Amino acid sequence: MIPSLPRPAWLRGATACYLAAFLVFLFLPLVVVGVFAFNDAPYPAPPWHGFTLDWFRGNEAAGRTGLFQDEELLGSIWTSFEVAVWVTLLSVAVGTTNAFLLERFRFRGQQLLSVLILVPLVIPGVILGISILAFASRLAGLAENWFGWEAEFLRPGLPLVVLGQFSFMATIATLTISARLRRFDRTLEEAALNLGASRAAVFRTILVPYLAPALVGSAAICFIMSFADFNTTLMLVGADAPLTVMMYGRMREGASPVLNAVSLFLMVASALLALSLLRLSQKRNDVSAPPAA
Amino acid sequence: MSAAWRARAALAALLAPALLWLGALILLPHVELAVLSLRERIGPQQYAASLSQYKTFFTEPLYWHIFVRTALVSCVATLFTFLATFPIAWIIAKALRGRAGALLFIVCLVPFWVSETVRTLGWMILLRESGVLPSLLVKLGITQVPVEMLYHDATILLGLVYTNMLFMLVPLVSSLESLDDALIEAAYDLGASGWSILRTIVIPHAAPGITAGAIIVFMLTLGNYLTPALLGGKNSEWFTEQIYTQFITRFNWEQGAAFGFLLLGLSTIMVMIGLRLSGQRFGDVMRRT
Repeated sequence: MIPSLPRPAWLRGATACYLAAFLVFLFLPLVVVGVFAFNDAPYPAPPWHGFTLDWFRGNEAAGRTGLFQDEELLGSIWTSFEVAVWVTLLSVAVGTTNAFLLERFRFRGQQLLSVLILVPLVIPGVILGISILAFASRLAGLAENWFGWEAEFLRPGLPLVVLGQFSFMATIATLTISARLRRFDRTLEEAALNLGASRAAVFRTILVPYLAPALVGSAAICFIMSFADFNTTLMLVGADAPLTVMMYGRMREGASPVLNAVSLFLMVASALLALSLLRLSQKRNDVSAPPAA
Repeated sequence: MSAAWRARAALAALLAPALLWLGALILLPHVELAVLSLRERIGPQQYAASLSQYKTFFTEPLYWHIFVRTALVSCVATLFTFLATFPIAWIIAKALRGRAGALLFIVCLVPFWVSETVRTLGWMILLRESGVLPSLLVKLGITQVPVEMLYHDATILLGLVYTNMLFMLVPLVSSLESLDDALIEAAYDLGASGWSILRTIVIPHAAPGITAGAIIVFMLTLGNYLTPALLGGKNSEWFTEQIYTQFITRFNWEQGAAFGFLLLGLSTIMVMIGLRLSGQRFGDVMRRT
């Protein structure tokens, strides 16, 4: 119950116990992944054999390949990075145009369009993947039959992975950016126009700075989600596997502490990104806090 | 005249990316999928319209069984996700509130910045026969030999609950935060028990958040591939795996497309039931999450 009401001791005790158990449940898998990246044994399992950095640096004498020599894994990190950059750029760009379309214009069919924009989020990722795969392959077939083009980018591979992830992340970017645009005080824009600013100047000096937190935030979400996406990616992947698909394949084959090492790298990277975002948003709030009326 | 023309040009310029995205990546691919699912291969490069893909699904008990199983397990997983996160949402929004509540909220969101693959890897290390928990059980004298804790239905359920909790927690917290404490205090002063406050005030107030969370969690669970495949192994019998097998392994796109549509249909029906039950609109639910 809420603090203003008397709570029996057992209820308070039970609440505290549940909270503790929940936090253990939440963090145990991550802690275990991190800890076994440093275990001096060829298999990520107890007992503890002592601390080692072999799973990062490798150890030729012991025949161990570390993360830094595992070209396949490093390559897949780079692949994921490239995909994530493209997905982020596309999603934020289309998210921004969508936000203006929904918030600044009134046209026939707008209601329908605003519902359609949400649809990609309720289609299971696997189905987004296979439908884009099937459609792209149809287009490739047509291009070949009609014009004799060899449309390689329409075959399973990274361009399709980018498009597949973009197909639903554009919705997330649209929601984030249009939510902020909706709260924009349009009198600021009108004042600037009245004072003789051009539309381009208004856009650059007022709208873009105002939207910046939403742009940065949605970019970070798209980037992280692109790195983590599995369902859609699995259906569209070609010869070059992004990190999640590569890890999945290795996890099915068997366990190796190298996977723990690469996971730890992912955790540290996303923690850093989350922290810097938090920092940024706090700073921005301090600066852009509205003056007391 | 020229202003109106410019407004039109701007509208067209903004409509183009939206229509291109929805048309080329959502609408047309699904039309293609529908066409695929409604045809049958009768010879090399020759196809005829037919319902045989759907007939296979209904006459082959294996597919039917896996489909129903996936739906049921997803329902149970959604229920458990709600039960597991509701107390935490309450603690964040009501018991702690303020700075401490916000801090706990952030702490609870942290694991979801890491990909599902990594989190599943953690569960595999914890639960496999040579893993952390089985050896702990032996050490504590609870079991004689290490037991295999992977590859059970309960393991799949655990993994599914774990992986989607965030999508329940966020709407729950925001709907509980908007509940006025005065209502709870008034009910208490009038002699209501904790249970009846929960049942008649808290749950009805949080209903929109609960529905939003349940819809998203159910949909994500139904469409999950990674968790059942890795934590359930060969016993997972998950419907998305059937789609993958047909599409990628057997290259039977017609059958895979039909399976895809059946899954999409199930997911859509459940979403609509959820919306109908709570009397909410689709757009409002999506904005909540």
